Amino acid sequence: MTATLKTRQGGPATSRPAVRRSRADKPFRHLTAAAGVVLLAIMAAIAVFLIAEAIPALYANEGSFLTELIWTPNNSPPAFGIGALAFGTLMSSFLALIMAVPVAVGVALFITHYAPRKLAGALGYIVDLLAAVPSVVYGLWGVIFLVPFMQGPSEFLNEYLGFIPLFSADQVVGRSMLTASIVLAIMILPIIAAISREVFLQVPRMNEEAALALGATRWEMIRMAVLPFGRPGVVSASMLGLGRAMGETIAVALIFPATFDITFGVLGPSGNSIAANIALGFAEAGEVGRGALIASGLVLFIITLLVNMAARMIVVGRSGARK
Amino acid sequence: MAKQIQVSGLDAYYGSNKAIEDISMTIEPRSVTAFIGPSGCGKSTFLRTLNRMHEVIPGARVEGKVMLDADDLYAPGVDPVSVRRTIGMVFQRPNPFPTMSIYENVAAGLRLNGRISKARADEIVERSLKGANLWNEVKDRLNKPGAGLSGGQQQRLCIARAIAVQPQVLLMDEPCSALDPISTLAIEDLIAELKDEFTIVIVTHNMQQAARVSDRTAFFNLAAQGQPGKLVEMDETTNMFTNPSEKATEDYITGRFG
Repeated sequence: MTATLKTRQGGPATSRPAVRRSRADKPFRHLTAAAGVVLLAIMAAIAVFLIAEAIPALYANEGSFLTELIWTPNNSPPAFGIGALAFGTLMSSFLALIMAVPVAVGVALFITHYAPRKLAGALGYIVDLLAAVPSVVYGLWGVIFLVPFMQGPSEFLNEYLGFIPLFSADQVVGRSMLTASIVLAIMILPIIAAISREVFLQVPRMNEEAALALGATRWEMIRMAVLPFGRPGVVSASMLGLGRAMGETIAVALIFPATFDITFGVLGPSGNSIAANIALGFAEAGEVGRGALIASGLVLFIITLLVNMAARMIVVGRSGARK
Repeated sequence: MAKQIQVSGLDAYYGSNKAIEDISMTIEPRSVTAFIGPSGCGKSTFLRTLNRMHEVIPGARVEGKVMLDADDLYAPGVDPVSVRRTIGMVFQRPNPFPTMSIYENVAAGLRLNGRISKARADEIVERSLKGANLWNEVKDRLNKPGAGLSGGQQQRLCIARAIAVQPQVLLMDEPCSALDPISTLAIEDLIAELKDEFTIVIVTHNMQQAARVSDRTAFFNLAAQGQPGKLVEMDETTNMFTNPSEKATEDYITGRFG
């Protein structure tokens, strides 16, 4: 912000006559406008294509698209419903978010406010690197290591916390909603931590000093000055992570048992998501099957849009109250 | 409520760089003491050693002794957090918490000392805002953001925030340097009122201001760039400005350098 102001005041543009400036601005304005229009046109084209492809399949569907808990679009008559898939997508993503955000904020606070400078630099670099690891690597690690590993802890949770619906299950397995959520959480943690770190670094030094001078301990200073200032940024980072988790395909496709039921128990052999279902089903899909998968893709698109809009409203609501 | 500060043989460092050297002085309670001197002479650094804010900068440390009445602030085992609760500070640029309302800003320090009742908090917030001559201007919009006030009002809000926790001493680091003349006047009037209750130390670049508000003045100087700053002399403000005992003080006050 300050940097822009400086260049504006110091830059050569303002010292030139107004006529020349507006002449130079014109092509640039058209260029940016064209870029904006092209983007919107591409978006619209994609939407039109998806809807056109999905409509025939939706007409052919014998079950209810919203409530049917099966996915057999290639049978005749075809029947498929989005309910279980949408539920699995939201459930696994929100579980991942709940696990990832506190850890990511903790990592970011440690790097910005607790770690010695050298360690902080190294840690920040590692977090950035982790954010760039392809998701299939996390997926493979999840299948090969985490699935067998989770058997024990899952049984422990089921035995001692089974009275909570989340942890009740008739059969406890490693390839569960919980394991998939953990893989997602680990996947989205670096991106949330990296953005949160940037946001926490933006907290004005003078606000931190104001808190310290009032006799705040470091943790009190963080609660008083750092977290409130960083909250909108952390929410945005979390939404980016949530978007990534909901759209994640291959990592969860490897782990989910690909069932079509809705259950709140996260330890049993059930779980699926829209993206995973598309990845697994597209190769064998027939005419209707393809349309059904495209329709499910549309639903994912809408869910992502709604979640992002909700997040933006949270952020705007908070900063709006500030002004 | 106000206490005396006695400093002896104080050095302050940034890493291996010595910023101020061998400073000793006595700051009297219920009075205003002004620090003047050219830029880089270490007066702000010295001010920040008085409430242990100097050491929050990485690599910064202090040697020497600061006594607040009978308590040694730098004795081993003294928690800097408790020192800062006793010695409040107002900064160069107004720095209210941007996410908080006017009310929350004033009450921010109160919450650090544990839970207090809403009625008690209301009472302290009102008293502090009145103490900072801000109550009449903000009493109808206590729940509005503190950042929406003018610069001068924000600085008085910061003073209200500092006095809400009832410190013994109030340190002010060039509190008017970012303000217009009218807001400056408001703060100066406020300082004159606050000295009945608090020990006040003010760093200022404005010599007229030092002459107007302070009872005693300390002049800091440095031998050359890169050398540590030192206390040249300290005396009653009237003496300092009419009949300083050091040549350097006279040169600085009359505008021959700095």
